[in-house]
Amino acid sequence: MNRTVNIISKNFKKYNPESIEEYLELGGFEALKKAIEMGPQEIISTLKTSGLKGRGGAAFSTGRKWEYSANVKGDKKFIICNADEGEPATFKDRYLLEYDPFKVIEGMIIAAYTTGSTDGYIYIREEYKYLHNKVRKAIELAEKHGFLGKNILGSGLNFNIKVVSGAGAYVCGESTALIESIEGKSGRPRLKLTRTSKQGLFGLPTLVNNVETLAAVPPILEMGVEEYIKYGTHTSKGTKLISLCGNVNKPGAYEVPFGITLREIIYDIGGGIKDGKQLKFLQLGGASGAIIPAKLIDIKYCYEDLEEHGASVGSGAILVADETNKVTHFLKSVQDFFIHESCGKCTPCREGNRQLTKIINRFVTGNASVEDLKTVEKFANVMKYASFCGLGQTAPTALLTAIKYFPVEFYQQIDRIRKTS
Amino acid sequence: MKNCTITIDNKEVTVPEGTSILEAAKKVSINIPTLCNHPDQTVKANCRICLVETKPGKLETACSTKVRDGMTINTVSKLVRDTQRGVLELILANHPQDCLKCIRNGKCELQKLCEMFHISKSNLEDEIDALEKDESNPSIVRDHSKCIKCNRCIEVCQEVQGVSILSHAHRSTKYCITPAFEKKLVNTLCVFCGQCTSVCPVGALYEKDDTEKVWNALYNDNLHVIVQIAPAVRVSIGEEFGAKPGTKVTGKVVAALRRLGFDKVFDTDFTADLTIMEEGHELLDRINRGGTLPMITSCSPGWINYIEGFYPQLLDHLSSCKSPQQMFGALSKTYYAKKLDLDPSQIFTVSIMPCTAKKYEAERKEMSSYGYRDVDAVLTTRELARMIKSASIDFLNIEEENFDEPFGITTGAGVIFGVTGGVMEAALRTVYEVVTEHELENLDFMDVRGLEGIKEATVDLNGTPIKVAVAHGLSNAKKILNQINEGKSDYTFIEVMCCPGGCIGGGGQPIGSTMKVREERIKGIYDVDKVMPLRKSHENPAVKELYEEFLGQPLGKISHKLLHTTYSPRSEKIDFDYLQWNNEIALTEE
Repeated sequence: MNRTVNIISKNFKKYNPESIEEYLELGGFEALKKAIEMGPQEIISTLKTSGLKGRGGAAFSTGRKWEYSANVKGDKKFIICNADEGEPATFKDRYLLEYDPFKVIEGMIIAAYTTGSTDGYIYIREEYKYLHNKVRKAIELAEKHGFLGKNILGSGLNFNIKVVSGAGAYVCGESTALIESIEGKSGRPRLKLTRTSKQGLFGLPTLVNNVETLAAVPPILEMGVEEYIKYGTHTSKGTKLISLCGNVNKPGAYEVPFGITLREIIYDIGGGIKDGKQLKFLQLGGASGAIIPAKLIDIKYCYEDLEEHGASVGSGAILVADETNKVTHFLKSVQDFFIHESCGKCTPCREGNRQLTKIINRFVTGNASVEDLKTVEKFANVMKYASFCGLGQTAPTALLTAIKYFPVEFYQQIDRIRKTS
Repeated sequence: MKNCTITIDNKEVTVPEGTSILEAAKKVSINIPTLCNHPDQTVKANCRICLVETKPGKLETACSTKVRDGMTINTVSKLVRDTQRGVLELILANHPQDCLKCIRNGKCELQKLCEMFHISKSNLEDEIDALEKDESNPSIVRDHSKCIKCNRCIEVCQEVQGVSILSHAHRSTKYCITPAFEKKLVNTLCVFCGQCTSVCPVGALYEKDDTEKVWNALYNDNLHVIVQIAPAVRVSIGEEFGAKPGTKVTGKVVAALRRLGFDKVFDTDFTADLTIMEEGHELLDRINRGGTLPMITSCSPGWINYIEGFYPQLLDHLSSCKSPQQMFGALSKTYYAKKLDLDPSQIFTVSIMPCTAKKYEAERKEMSSYGYRDVDAVLTTRELARMIKSASIDFLNIEEENFDEPFGITTGAGVIFGVTGGVMEAALRTVYEVVTEHELENLDFMDVRGLEGIKEATVDLNGTPIKVAVAHGLSNAKKILNQINEGKSDYTFIEVMCCPGGCIGGGGQPIGSTMKVREERIKGIYDVDKVMPLRKSHENPAVKELYEEFLGQPLGKISHKLLHTTYSPRSEKIDFDYLQWNNEIALTEE
């Protein structure tokens, strides 16, 4: 049974991304025209009704975010499309940029029109190097057809987009670190004393949105918000692109309506576990996301239900692990990632990851002590509460949820001699 | 401005909007622990010690979070304490615990936190980074295995001094504070001002300790060991012994130095007066003969390092006068040696300076007279305090004594060299009287005093108005240099001091030189000036005698040889022969 939907992913593999004509034939830029007819206020209220939230992971109301930005005055205002997609197991933004770059651009133009922005940046992660020029080409075509540049479609909007990239740090997905990176500084999060919408890139008003968030805007306007909110649940409206991967038969990026169960995602969409094995756990939202045991797969995939179980939608990554995976070994791979990617700026993240790595390694080799379990939990919490940015705050999420759901796996790795002493 | 009423630990307080939680808490007598926070610097919030609970289960840093009306803050909840302690434990696990051997023992902000939290046991395994100490230069030691990455040194280096030698590199556990490409300081354009050592909360940056060198000289019976003390030291060294900042302890320092065994105790103020004679005449000479103007003072060695490194095209603007320290040294090996009938090699000249760059200055090859080093050893205020402590001298109760003659006879003009604007004021007092042949009615040039970054004044010299400027802190000096560079400067004479506040805020001064402390020290200096019987350099009888007996006249032949110097551009890779000081460590760097 096909449980996927086609709202944002409607155009995937339907047209040649190097041809703007083909995009236009599929109804491209109609949403922009509609947006110009609606005017900024109506767009914002439509987005509020749509319940669209930041799809990069933070899940902040897009309508409200755009409203803040629209209310900030400034001759030069920026829109940044966050295509840093560094979250492990996440690849849905890559699909969008690869198969429907014009929709992302269209979303950015609508954002620019709504907020009165003048300059756009698409910050594409270094590792998606092959996409850089493809997206540049799409921008060039949009410019040639008058969708970018001066007085776009007679609306009076002047807007241009540039593609930029950093040096490949995960933390640059954090919006202030991303801004630092565009400014040419090393990617470390900034102390936010004022909202980015007031003082962001080069100290000017800036709106930062994830690729998927921007790509969701044209379909919402085009199909009408009433139609859009038929998808999803009452509180988690619409659809979400997920990146399904791990030990499943059919990994890939899929669009699902909120409210679908995890079981449906894994078995109906993903075709079940590879080699007929048993499901052991899932990690939702990438390396910074929670670990969910197999017994919870009947919960609904939506913001509220996941939160109840200490998990979140996050970036939309769903990593499936079968019975052959040891939780502690899996945590080591997560920890190896974070100790590599911590920027080092704040104490809890820099030193916390250092200590967590040491202790988790002891669990992997079976040399851990009973104290180690307490210590690792204590400092995971210090990181969670004390870290400067989202990276450090969420780095121990997998560990903390693993301790919650798989305590036995930790005890099994505790050194017998030390356990009894 | 709107007020916010908040509750901190069940106590209500009303503060203006925009106040940080940290400041608001002080109003109800709660000092939230901090580490990266510094009163003169921007908020960084990277150590994460100052977390408080702003909502159940939500922690925010008190330093960076502004109060919101109606906020309820808990600074002692279990979550707060556990997290603060946890952060501290994490720092400690990466910090060498050789406190007893550490130069900052007793003055370390991390140590203070540990005292507050008393972490006797931690389940964390220590992992201390094995990093090489940078002892490549004569002024500053960088032991970054002790660094807690607070970023204060970076701010002072980049924003206050504008030299941007220190920055951060790498990430995660390799994250470190370092010069670009992890060069040693000697191979950078570091000016050795030592401001980083002054803001470092721990023992990661400190002055190169030369006390042993001085002790050895004192123990050597064949050496005649003399010492000079800089003006700024007398209003700050008391702090090391518990006195209030700005307390004048001149007589006590003199007495303590004699107890330590120095043969003669002299005052750098004397050569400050001499500097005014030479520099004042040089200025008049440049004005009369159409020399390079504006002329800029040259007594601050950090400043000299800066202009040599960053604005070599403007070196002609520098006065050719050596600094008072070096003038003293030159005279000690010539005039003084002859007076005492000693061979210069028998004289060991020590100077007590508020400054780390003075150590570097003393090593320069230009700084020798007839083959003898002008100054043999330079101690910072902190090092002298260390010597006094190790000699068990009860500093605050010691009976005051006077300087020796002849280099102990000084004026108020020499004293104010210790503050920003002081050299300018001293010069104006003399230049005005030399040119106009009238006595100055008011000796206080208020326009050039105070802590404003750049100060200006105009003085009428026999109908010719001359415009002068005073800058302190190199980022302010930079603005003035850029004006000269663009040909837009209409100043005739400029005073530049490397450190904010002038020498009283020098990098070798007692730890804790906040702006507030600097202000107190400045007040102390002007109080000393006010009560001096003589306040103009050209009225110093010992200086007059020196010219009569030895130098002849200002800018004369002997002056030129002993009291003046030359400058040359500095490149990042400095020529090691350039320094008399021989350092193997520096040479081992590729």
